[in-house]
Amino acid sequence: MEQAIIDAGKYIGAGMACLGMGGAGIGLGSLFGNYLAGAIRNPSAADGQFGRLIFGFAVTEALGIFSLLIALLLIFAV
Amino acid sequence: MEDRVDPIHQFQIHNYVDFGTIGGVHIAFTNSALFMFIIIGLITGFLTLATSGHALVPGRFQSLAEISYEFVANMLRESAGTEGMRFFPFVFSVFMFVLFANVLGLFPYFFTVTSHIVITAGLSVTIILLVIIYGFYRNGLHFLGLFVPKGVPGYLMPLVVAIEVMSFLSRPISLSVRLFANMLAGHITLKVFASFILMLSAWGVAGWLGAVLPFAMTVALTALEALVAFLQAYVFAILTCMYLNDALHPSH
Repeated sequence: MEQAIIDAGKYIGAGMACLGMGGAGIGLGSLFGNYLAGAIRNPSAADGQFGRLIFGFAVTEALGIFSLLIALLLIFAV
Repeated sequence: MEDRVDPIHQFQIHNYVDFGTIGGVHIAFTNSALFMFIIIGLITGFLTLATSGHALVPGRFQSLAEISYEFVANMLRESAGTEGMRFFPFVFSVFMFVLFANVLGLFPYFFTVTSHIVITAGLSVTIILLVIIYGFYRNGLHFLGLFVPKGVPGYLMPLVVAIEVMSFLSRPISLSVRLFANMLAGHITLKVFASFILMLSAWGVAGWLGAVLPFAMTVALTALEALVAFLQAYVFAILTCMYLNDALHPSH
């Protein structure tokens, strides 16, 4: 019984941790959306900012990965 | 086949040669150490082979080496200025080590060195200590100007300085956890999708047809992981350049 409660808490926790990935999704959407809007207005400047776009992508995506990591650790490592 | 799929089995450390306990620390030659030696060997071999020719018109390997040199040198010049080029050997070593570790880890049955936080934390603490020591050596106490932004009203200053100190102290943590978590989560996701293929194929012919979907997903994820492997090495190196820039030019 106790083990069942622990397992239930583990899976509920993993599901809740995955909610954090939604925040990273919003961030990435705004990042790429704004890049595209800027690139359509001024296509000649778009290539020069690609490095910054990728940098922002990696930094934003890392936060989503953190919550995915917590979820995976809860399922497989705890 | 085991009932329970174990996607974190790939991160286990095995002792190949055990040296016993020396001074209270257990010392052994592990698979992680073996792969670090392989990475160093590959980088050294690649660069030695590439630069042995000295051709005016570069061949395949030489142009690859020149591209990687130009890539890191441009990154360092843009974020830390020409003065930053004195750190080029350090940044180049860190970039190549992380890049080779990430890419080598993509091969099946290979160990991913950067998926262990002790490795990435070692790298990032080295970087931050270099920034602090070089910052004080070069600028003296002016290095503390890093924590005092210009144009902040006096009554906000204690709060802003506290926030700046906190953000500086959290740098080694975020730098190491970003690389480690990306590698760990990516490899676990790959193995989870690969295990779906095994589970489905246990159902016979219908399962084999269904297993095409997770198999396609695994192939797509491998491509994404190849991108992430390069991207995380790039991000690690460019953040190193930005932190070194703080040591060179501490005023905001």
